Amino acid sequence: MTPRPRDVAVVAFAQSDHRRATPGLSETELLLPVLREVLDRAGLAPGEADFTCSGSSDYLAGRPFSFTLTLDGVGAWPPIAESHVEMDGAWALYEAWVKILTGEADTALVYAHGKSSAGDVRDVLTRQLDPCYLAPLWPDSVSLAALQAQALIDAGETDEDDLAAIAARNRAAATHNPHAQLRGAVPHGDYVVRPLRTGDCPPVSDGAAAVVLAAGERARRMCRRPAWIRGIDHRIEPHDPGRRDLTDSPSTRLAAERAGAFDAPVDTAELHAPFTAQEVILRKALRLTGDVRVNPSGGALAAHPLMAAGLVRIGEAAARIHRGESHRALAHATSGPCLQQNLVAVLEAELEGEPE
Amino acid sequence: MPEQLTAPLVVSFPFTRSLGPVQSAFLTGLRERVVLGVRAHDGRVLVPPAEYDPTTAEEIHELVEVGTTGTVTTWAWNPAPRPNQPLATPFAWVLVRLDGADTALLHALDAPGPEAVRTGARVRVRWAEQRTGAITDIACFEPHDGPETGHATPHHGTFTDPVTSLTAPARLDYTYTPGRAQTRHLGNLARHLLTGERCPSCRKVHVPPRGACPTCGVAATEQVVVGPRGTVTTFCVVNIKARNLAIDVPYVYAHIALDGADLALHGRIAGIPYDQVRMGLRVEPVWRDGDRHPDHYRPTGEPDADYDTYKRLL
Amino acid sequence: MSKEPVAVAGIGQTHHAAARRDVSLAGLVREAARRALDDAALTWTDIEAVVIGKAPDFFEGVMMPELHLADALGATGKPVLRVHTAGSVGGSTALVAANLVAARVHRTVLALAFEKQSESNAMWGLSLPVPFQPPLLAGAGGFFAPHVRAYIRRTGAPAGTGTLVAHKDRRNALKNPYAHLHEHGLTLEAVRNSPMLWDPIRYSETCPSSDGACAMVLTDRAGAARAPRPPAWVHGGAMRSEPTLFAGKDFVSPRAGRDCAADVYRQAGITDPRRQIDVAELYVPFSWYEPMWLENLGLAAEGEGWKLVESGATELDGDLPVNPSGGVLSTNPIGASGMLRFAEAALQVRGAAGEHQVPGARRALGHAYGGGAQFFAMWLVAAAPPTG
Repeated sequence: MTPRPRDVAVVAFAQSDHRRATPGLSETELLLPVLREVLDRAGLAPGEADFTCSGSSDYLAGRPFSFTLTLDGVGAWPPIAESHVEMDGAWALYEAWVKILTGEADTALVYAHGKSSAGDVRDVLTRQLDPCYLAPLWPDSVSLAALQAQALIDAGETDEDDLAAIAARNRAAATHNPHAQLRGAVPHGDYVVRPLRTGDCPPVSDGAAAVVLAAGERARRMCRRPAWIRGIDHRIEPHDPGRRDLTDSPSTRLAAERAGAFDAPVDTAELHAPFTAQEVILRKALRLTGDVRVNPSGGALAAHPLMAAGLVRIGEAAARIHRGESHRALAHATSGPCLQQNLVAVLEAELEGEPE
Repeated sequence: MPEQLTAPLVVSFPFTRSLGPVQSAFLTGLRERVVLGVRAHDGRVLVPPAEYDPTTAEEIHELVEVGTTGTVTTWAWNPAPRPNQPLATPFAWVLVRLDGADTALLHALDAPGPEAVRTGARVRVRWAEQRTGAITDIACFEPHDGPETGHATPHHGTFTDPVTSLTAPARLDYTYTPGRAQTRHLGNLARHLLTGERCPSCRKVHVPPRGACPTCGVAATEQVVVGPRGTVTTFCVVNIKARNLAIDVPYVYAHIALDGADLALHGRIAGIPYDQVRMGLRVEPVWRDGDRHPDHYRPTGEPDADYDTYKRLL
Repeated sequence: MSKEPVAVAGIGQTHHAAARRDVSLAGLVREAARRALDDAALTWTDIEAVVIGKAPDFFEGVMMPELHLADALGATGKPVLRVHTAGSVGGSTALVAANLVAARVHRTVLALAFEKQSESNAMWGLSLPVPFQPPLLAGAGGFFAPHVRAYIRRTGAPAGTGTLVAHKDRRNALKNPYAHLHEHGLTLEAVRNSPMLWDPIRYSETCPSSDGACAMVLTDRAGAARAPRPPAWVHGGAMRSEPTLFAGKDFVSPRAGRDCAADVYRQAGITDPRRQIDVAELYVPFSWYEPMWLENLGLAAEGEGWKLVESGATELDGDLPVNPSGGVLSTNPIGASGMLRFAEAALQVRGAAGEHQVPGARRALGHAYGGGAQFFAMWLVAAAPPTG
């Protein structure tokens, strides 16, 4: 890889409690305490970060320009250098990382929020499919994930018992995560769309997350144990699930290669696998062996605020490094039907050749 | 704690999709009970056809006709179909590789139960009775006994009266949540009380309130009653009728700085000929029975405000 | 390590129209991207990453449409980013793409912005009702007209300034084969007599609603050296945002716009923008915004933007031509409108603007804004590479 001009780290992470619904709160009100917390951790005042970038979706909110309202919580005065992606916040973090690499910013605030409860997520997500061939059939997100799960079962790579075990392990891990929505034993339930049962599917969650990035010495001053971004990359595949091998995720593998994930083993992985079968595919693509702690937070099966869930994975991985519970962690985010688009970040406690 | 307001929000529109040549040929073909694919540069036949090679991105035009029978490559049993989905009774979602094609098409399979479905099963197209040139011209697939027969044969892709566009109605139902600050504000409005929020940091009063000071980025909770009188800071005269609005034109749409507020809100001015409205005019709100928001603002009869008193609010 | 210099090596746009019924969404974006690649003499495989921008997804009724457009843009196996910063998004998209090159993450990037407004209806998309809120009392023009009145009050501008700008931009569009509106024979008299919609804004002083796309190939020094035609070089680029409504907001001359311009000028070493900038493509959806932005951007002294317009300086043959392409007043595919400003600025300094070329243009400003005049994106491009 080309040598990077700058080292960039995640220095702070905060998230809301993720809940089935937050009927009393506007998006700004949901986000405001999270922003406050992350800025306090990083020692920044509102509006002080050199760059701000957010991720959200108008379709999720049911309102055009919905991101303009949440800008009210940021303290954008005097005016700030700011951008927004209509994507999961993990990609907002990517844009902010690039901005810091250019040298135009030393610090960045990244945030994301999703009130999945506003609409019916299964219907809303059908609108992101090909408008002529797929969307008119209204194939919902669970149905598409079920097609992928069956392909995996047919290929002999998993079975329903395996999937149930994945669900149980993620939600058991979530018992230690106060922000998670589904914690501990959850009935595996009936088929929603066979072969996926309620337990194989993510909860519908409202939530928000925020991260502060900083470069070099600035990062060291803001955080005792910064989570250095060793590499980050994202790739996309053809859209139509009928044109892909649904049992594999070549875009995840390629992103991981470009992010340097295979250069050294990781001890922790936070995977954005909303459906159990997708964890099987991602473990394979990322070559994660049994000794890697996968989703110690409980992952997307324990809380799934759309547009923020990917950023939460990066934040959770970074927080483990901050706390000294991980030395080298991988974080993953996904977007689109059946893992169409994937992002991989590799975080490390200290840069190579530097004393700890 | 006041009651938390929510309200249904319906987002519904009949979108018009223009199809371009390849999608037009495919969808017109369906109307004529013909399934077309396109040959990619590597020789693979894509069904449904793409306008562009998904691997090389080069334009592809070589249309071929494929069979109306095919093989299930994966499936998922949908016990509780949702509105708008192809069948109202339980069905299997299937990816079907039609005979002669190399990629799979997503659709529904009408089968008695999950026991009757498996990967590798043979299926055939069941055509819709009314066909308009849409993916739903295939009503669904149904089980079929025959062996793999079809192969891709060249097709000119031209039909009389081709379909060039698609109307795609889409309705999504949301629940809108204005939030705590707006809920309080709306409750006050119902009592004909205009309120704002004072920022604990910069002390400015924002109307309408939104729970945060937009410049300081801190929570704002102190409620302040503003107005009811205010000053027209600027305005325009609307001469074209807005959609769904029963107001006769011309009328005046104004920015009004309520006394005690540090920014202007928007409202209609009435009770004065439209061509006599001016910057600096002093106004007060007028409510109509049962309305939450003021219907309009009318002159108070006070002398006009001096420009210097409101120019910072422009 | 300093930033990698960024060059614009390829530019493409569609023919813009009220409805491009001949193409799909994929066909529309391809038309612009293909022209940009051809201009740079590159193929799809030369592109390392794609950055896509557009305004709200409700305009086409497709959530995150970049997912299904990825195939059509040769993005399989590549990074795709989707930017949405309201009306300024076309400019922001170009800047995000430029940063990928500047940061040396990628060598050659495709930036693309589009809107296919005919798939729905812009007024519907912009004015979805919000429960509990009073109905919107006017359309987009009604939102901006009071600010125009405030500008007139503040500066004493005569009533005809907006008419002059509209007449100029529509005449410039006649020289731009891609423009949506080609109003042959439009007289100043006709503009002046067009219906008053939202007094003080007349019908002929407002932008149309268009289908269209714009694409640019951005590349590093090595890519620029290989390019068959002279590139435009990015000398400065910045984004600034401020809240939608707040105490102290100056709607006539928003501080975010002033700060954004100041940042761009600082990066580009511009100390006297009025003299050092040869041509400007400004986001002017209502003609009165030309004098307003001239002041906001430091191209005219405060209160004197209208005088610059009256002097003829902003005409195609003036000494500071503004919107030689015809601007947003002649072509408005919302999500792409900002990128068109950036691209037209680059075309000028490459000497590739055809009939609407400003002779000898060396430095050009591209400008975009959006939301409630709160999101700004600008870049300054030049014929010569940056020094240092």
